[in-house]
Amino acid sequence: MSAIGKVSGSGASRPAIIINEQDRHFAAEVERLSGANLSWCYQCRTCANGCPFVRAMDYPPNSVIRLIQLGLRQRALECHTIWICVACHTCSSQCPMVIDIAAIMDALRRLALEEGAMIAEANILDFHREVLHSIKNYGRAHKLGIMLRYKARVRQWFADLDVGLRMLAKRKLDLKASRVNALSEITRLFIPHWKRK
Amino acid sequence: MHGGDLIDISYFPGCSLATSAKESNISLMESSKILGLNLIELEDWNCCGSSSASCLDKELAFALGARDLSLAPAGRPLMAMCPRCLHHLRHAQLRLREEPETRRALERRWGRPISPDLEIIHFMEALVRMGPERLKGGQVRSLNGLKFLPYYGCTLFRPPALRRQKYFQAEMGTVLTTLGGQELTKALIYRCCGSFLSAARADVVTPLVNEIMESAVATGAECLVTACAMCQLNLEIRCTWEPKIPIFHFSEILALALGAQDYEGWFDRHLVDPRPLLLARGLIT
Repeated sequence: MSAIGKVSGSGASRPAIIINEQDRHFAAEVERLSGANLSWCYQCRTCANGCPFVRAMDYPPNSVIRLIQLGLRQRALECHTIWICVACHTCSSQCPMVIDIAAIMDALRRLALEEGAMIAEANILDFHREVLHSIKNYGRAHKLGIMLRYKARVRQWFADLDVGLRMLAKRKLDLKASRVNALSEITRLFIPHWKRK
Repeated sequence: MHGGDLIDISYFPGCSLATSAKESNISLMESSKILGLNLIELEDWNCCGSSSASCLDKELAFALGARDLSLAPAGRPLMAMCPRCLHHLRHAQLRLREEPETRRALERRWGRPISPDLEIIHFMEALVRMGPERLKGGQVRSLNGLKFLPYYGCTLFRPPALRRQKYFQAEMGTVLTTLGGQELTKALIYRCCGSFLSAARADVVTPLVNEIMESAVATGAECLVTACAMCQLNLEIRCTWEPKIPIFHFSEILALALGAQDYEGWFDRHLVDPRPLLLARGLIT
């Protein structure tokens, strides 16, 4: 259930926050997972002003912090911002309270995946999964394999074809993957501990 | 050439330098040799986890970094060129220091000791430690006033946990100025290149890259020099702004000044051909 309702009345309807649908434990949970103290944030918006990606985000970083403080769990876990953030740390380097904002995004992504929340940027998640698939199989990232599997997954074979061909022509995409010898050490890291032999 | 003995350093190339940015790797090895650094590739290294592991699974990201650290022999520093690899390796080490029980569990699993005191440095730190005399001593060509913009991207930004550590990537400008280049800085040199969004959301990255390139050209820069192979790639493949100017790996320009001869093979791999500029400046023949 969304915690955002509409205020009815005259004029345009405004979103309202329904107090009894707030998740009171959400902020504590994010603080525990991220190690960041959310009460340090005084909404100065330095993070939003410095973020190179803020135009592609639905909520600027400071608003994501506010969503967590207000206990708006679904809004926070289903927003685009947590997937658009590339952890460049421009925000935390500029934050006057040195809040680790990228760690907060990490915590939200983890909760979103654990709870099966709607993923706002499915393509970005698909890309990350393909990178991890490559690391699991070779111990290293094999770019050509990652891009081919990613294209198959999102069914966009012709998007970016020119860039891919130019990279191939410049021998930037190796056909054969470079691998780790002790591959069992790597694959074991991907198996939950109770399954390991 | 340097006098005296070679200094042994363990070297972590990382996936980009090992594959898509081989020209960065080769020129780095050459410069190091000329300057008297003996880079010994970390035996059987694995990917540091990159952004994807830290985005989806912190534990996995930590374990991947920790395995690399378990492979590094004690007694010599571990060097990385890729700023992100450096970052992930240092992050893993921080946790190994804070949690001795986790470190011992991994040591038992892999049957290797993991030194919590291993020095993890960036190539730039090795250069700074050697001092300008060594650079001057190895110099064969002057950069002839090549107008370059040192592009740092997000390499100098780091999470609060790592803020007390030393970072030397910002020395790019100093080193190349010492070698005769002309540094320009009034552009978006600290703007992130877009990282992995270049693969999944090119529509977000292209305007960012164009802004960076436009600001670079506005300062009168003839080329950009970057310490990060991913920045180099993103700036090249995602730029739709004209005129395009060449984007070098830092080690390429360094190796050129130090007299490397096999540059033909590196520049051939660039999407924006840097050879006309270097010819005009008399840096290659």
